[in-house]
Parts: sequence; structure tokens; C-alpha cells
Amino acid sequence: MTLPMQTSFTQRSIFERFPFIPALGILAVLLILNGLAEPNSLSFRAITGLTKTYLALMFLAVAQSFVVFSSDIDLSVGAILSLVNVSVVVMIDQLGGGPAAVLFACFAGILVGVLCGIFNGIVVVALRLQPIVATFATGILFTGIALWVLPVAGMPVPQSFWRTYGGRILDIPFVFYVVALLGLLIWLAVRTRFIIQLMAVGDNRLAAYQSGLPVTRIRIMAFAICGLFSAVAALCIIGDTASGDPVVGNAMTLYSVAAVVLGGTALSGGSGSMLGSAIGALIIGLINSFVFFVGVSSEWQNFAQGIAVLLALMAGVLVTRRISK
Amino acid sequence: MKNSTNVVAEIAKTPLVVALGLIVALLVLGELLSPGFASLSQIMRLLIVASILGVVAAGQNLVILGGREGIDLSVGGVVSLSAVVAGNMMQGSDAGIIPAIIACLATGAFFGLLNGLGVTLLRIPPLIMTLGMLGVLQGLLVVVRNGIPSGLAAPGLAHFVTQPLMFGVPGMIWLWGAIGVLMAAMLKRTLFGYRVYAIGSNENAARMAGVPADLIRVCLFMFSGMFAAVAGFCILGYSGSSFSNVGAQYMLSSIIAVVLGGTSLSGGKGGYTGTMAGATLLVLLQSILTTLNIEEAGRQFAFGATLLVLMLFYGRGKALRG
Repeated sequence: MTLPMQTSFTQRSIFERFPFIPALGILAVLLILNGLAEPNSLSFRAITGLTKTYLALMFLAVAQSFVVFSSDIDLSVGAILSLVNVSVVVMIDQLGGGPAAVLFACFAGILVGVLCGIFNGIVVVALRLQPIVATFATGILFTGIALWVLPVAGMPVPQSFWRTYGGRILDIPFVFYVVALLGLLIWLAVRTRFIIQLMAVGDNRLAAYQSGLPVTRIRIMAFAICGLFSAVAALCIIGDTASGDPVVGNAMTLYSVAAVVLGGTALSGGSGSMLGSAIGALIIGLINSFVFFVGVSSEWQNFAQGIAVLLALMAGVLVTRRISK
Repeated sequence: MKNSTNVVAEIAKTPLVVALGLIVALLVLGELLSPGFASLSQIMRLLIVASILGVVAAGQNLVILGGREGIDLSVGGVVSLSAVVAGNMMQGSDAGIIPAIIACLATGAFFGLLNGLGVTLLRIPPLIMTLGMLGVLQGLLVVVRNGIPSGLAAPGLAHFVTQPLMFGVPGMIWLWGAIGVLMAAMLKRTLFGYRVYAIGSNENAARMAGVPADLIRVCLFMFSGMFAAVAGFCILGYSGSSFSNVGAQYMLSSIIAVVLGGTSLSGGKGGYTGTMAGATLLVLLQSILTTLNIEEAGRQFAFGATLLVLMLFYGRGKALRG
């Protein structure tokens, strides 16, 4: 004896627990479309290549999710990525380029990312500035530092770095281990008390404050974690491009926001899914490859991609809203 | 006595006064750093650059005033596209000016209409709708540029933007002044203006009072597109020929100009006079940093840091324990 109301309730709670399901649907459709346009695009090799290229955006989208959950936004993630990118490349070079130097530089780079995030947090939360304009300003500041660290693109990293990133361990491409690690981190993160507090803060800041949550600390933490994941994205970019570039990430900022929305997270905060954001990044990648494979002439490609991303964004918003109604 | 000091203190704290004070201070600083910085011809050149940003910011200002997280990230795309369309249509001849103006305005209005319909009919958040539209516009820019590699500004347009028109002041600055007066009149003296503030501060109340909120919001986005198109048209006159993605820098700087001018990003509060001061302040700041003759790195760093300090003057949120 199942009452209809109960069924709809169960359906709703499934979508509430897994808000990334619509994104997964779009991903599946895009995979099929890609396969129809060019069967080779679903080969192991091609999927590995796609992952290699879009891994950085996946991390950046997950980074953006944390601040979006608490109803903030970080328009400096791209600049943080650039700053970490050049910091790591220059540090490896200064320390001689050995394996120890590479490891040390990676950890130091992650620390740089976290510090940038904390700075953002203090500016937005403690000084109470509006996140859109404040993080745009801090982004300019970070770009300034990145240009000071490395004024022009260049300076290659040691072979060991990109050979590892593009290589295989036990016959499985290295990037898939990183994807698995990202999945594990997300799996662990959603089980923490912090994420529940973060959602509470994003859902209703005043209520969260009145019920005794340390709202300021939680929001600054979200910015710090955002900086951390942006730094990891920077390491992925180095693995992919094998060199430093002080403005490499700046164009990625808006894509990170788009990926978060495609993943079924509302910009108003309080709910959403990190896994969805990672899927959102892959959706952007698959749209780009589909437009390429379907044979759109080169000058129309950007336009077709733009239209497809816009439609996917709109569909994402509409589907997410219908489900949460 | 106490009352009058309070009034003075209140006036001194308004964003417009702060921005104007900072503008004067920066001009003095610039003159000290490099004599001739505050000369009349230099100020005119600064105002031309500021007027282009100011025109983009006019549309941005309207969308932000309309509330419901109103923001237009697509203005940069419209500016670029309009500059290229205008250049391609004029090809350096004065006869092409009128058709180019019409084409630019129609382009801006069209994309503004799409933004507005997405935001109202489908209730897509403005940030997402205009972000997606920016991608479409950038793609379209590639298409249009591939057709005809580069266009040239008509001499008449270049003259209007850069050369003195009346009393030694270039036409572009007159145009900006006229837009300033019209914006102020529209916002403070017309029914439309009242309604913009009404939906910006409390949309539900405005709807219940019979304000056609959706229609007004669509109009605001169309205004934003058209102002961005006018700015792109004028940039072509300023630079002489259309080049790639000239509008990208206006996306966020137009929002910053609005915020520095004292308009709240939450809508319903502010006006265009402050935004004009904000745009001037922003351009002046960049110009001083260029005058300082430091490297790109230091310039960016100083620009970002100064913006943060400026924002501390106004636009701070309320504390939770209020």
C-alpha cells in the first residue's frame, strides 16, 4: 500500500540527496551524442585525453562549489590558479628541479592557494564587502603578484612532472587516480559536520548565526578550501601544459561558475553537490568536443559552443527548480 | 549647531561626495607626481575614456537598480560585437554612420531582450543568463570577424569622439553629459524610474501595487544592451579600427563603477550621478598607475589593493549581530 504522496516524497528525497542526477543525465546524453558523431571519441584514449584537459576545471568547479554553498562567490579562483601555477614553476626552477624540489614546490603551491583563499575570506567576510566585486579586486591583486613572480609565460617544468601527469601507473592513466582521489575527497567531505554547517549558513545566514554557528569562521573556511582546490587545479594545469603562465587561469573563472550551475547547485546557496560541479566541468568539455566532432566549421565553433552552454545552463536551472518544487 | 554638523557629516559620507573628493585628491596627486597630469587637455582625454566606461555602466546601473540580483555580465560581449559591426558597416566612410548606429542599437537591444526574457519568463538568475549570453556573443564575434577581417571608423565618428565639438569639449563628453541628465531625469522624474526603484526594493509589494515588473525588467536589460552597443560604437571612434575583444575589460569594471558610485548590488538604492563619478574615479586611478611608470605587476597589484580600500568607504554589509 504505497500512497501516491509517499511516492512523490521518495522521488523528491532522492533528488534532494543526489542533486547531480540531472547533470548525470546531460552527461550521458552528451556521451551518446559524441559517440554518434565520432565513435572514436568514446575510446579509452580519447576519454583519457578529455580527462587530462578538463581535470583542472573539475577541481576549480569543486573549489567554486564551497563558496557557492555558503551563498558567496569567488571570481578570483582563476587568478589564484595562475598565481599558484607560476609560483610552483618558479620554485621548482629555483630549487634545482629534482624530485624533492618538485614535491616541495607542490606543497608550497597548495599553501599559497590556501593563503589566497583566507585573504579572500577575510576581505569578504570580516570586512563585509560584496563577494562579486571584492573577489574581482583580489583577483587583480593576485594577478599582479603572479606577474611579479613570472612576468611572461614560459619556463618549462622538469620532465618528471608532466611525464607523471600524462603517464600511467599499473597500466591505468595517472589522471584517473587523481579523479578517484577527487571522488574520495568529495565522498569524505559530504560526511563532515562542516558541510552541514556550511549549507546552513548558505540557506539562512541570520538563522545560522542565531542558532549559534560560528558563521564568520565557516565562511572564511569555505574560501580557504576554495583556495586549496584552486591550487590543486593549478598543479593539473602544470601537468597538462608543462610550463608557467601568469594569466593561464583567468579565463577559467567564469567556466567554474558555469560548471557549478550545470551541476545542479543554485547560486543562492544552501544546497547543491560537489560531484555535480565536477560533472558540470566534464559537460563543458563534452560540449566542446561534440561541437568539434560534429563538423561545425571552425569559425562557427565558438558560437555553437556558446549556444550549447547557454541552453545547458538554462535547462539545468529549470530542471533543478522543477525537482526542488 | 549640532544638527548642522550632523548634516555636514552625512553629506560628507555620501558616495558621490566621497568619489568627487577622491577624484580631486587623485588629480592633485597626479599633478605632483608628473606635472601636466591635471592639465585641461589631459583631463579631457581622461574624460573621454571615462565616458565610454560610463556609458556601459549606465546600462549596468539600471539592471542592478532593478534588483532580484540583477547584473549583466554580457555587456563586454555586446561592446566588442558592436565595435566590430560598426567598423564593418562604416569601412571608413561617413555615409555609413547612420546605418551603423541603427545596426548597433538593434544588436544591443536584441541581446538585451533575450537576456530579459530569460530572466523574467524562465526565471533564470541574471548572473547565469548573462554569463551564458557572454559565451554566445564571444562566439558570434569570431564569426563576424572572420567574414570581414577589420573595419575602419568613419572620420566623422573619430572626430566626434576625440576632437572638440563645442567650447573645446569633445562630442563624446557632451554625449555622456546628456546621458547623465537623461538618466537622472528618467530615474527621478518619470513613472518608469519610480517603478524601477519600486521593483528593486520590494518586487512583491510593487507587483501587488500593479507595477508590471517583468516588462520593466526586460526594458532594463534592453537598455543595458543598447548602452553597451553605444559604448562599442564610440570605442571604434576612439581607436580608429575595430580589433578583437575590446569590450572584455568592461564586464567587471562597469560593475565596479556602479558600486563605487554608491548603488547597492542588492538593488533599489542608488543612482547614475554617483556611477559617473565612480567611472571617472576608476579611469583616473588606472591613469595615475600608468603615469607612475612601474611594471605591469606592480600596477595590477596597486590597482587591486586600491579598489579594496575604496570599497571599504562604502558598500559594506551589515553585521549579523546588528
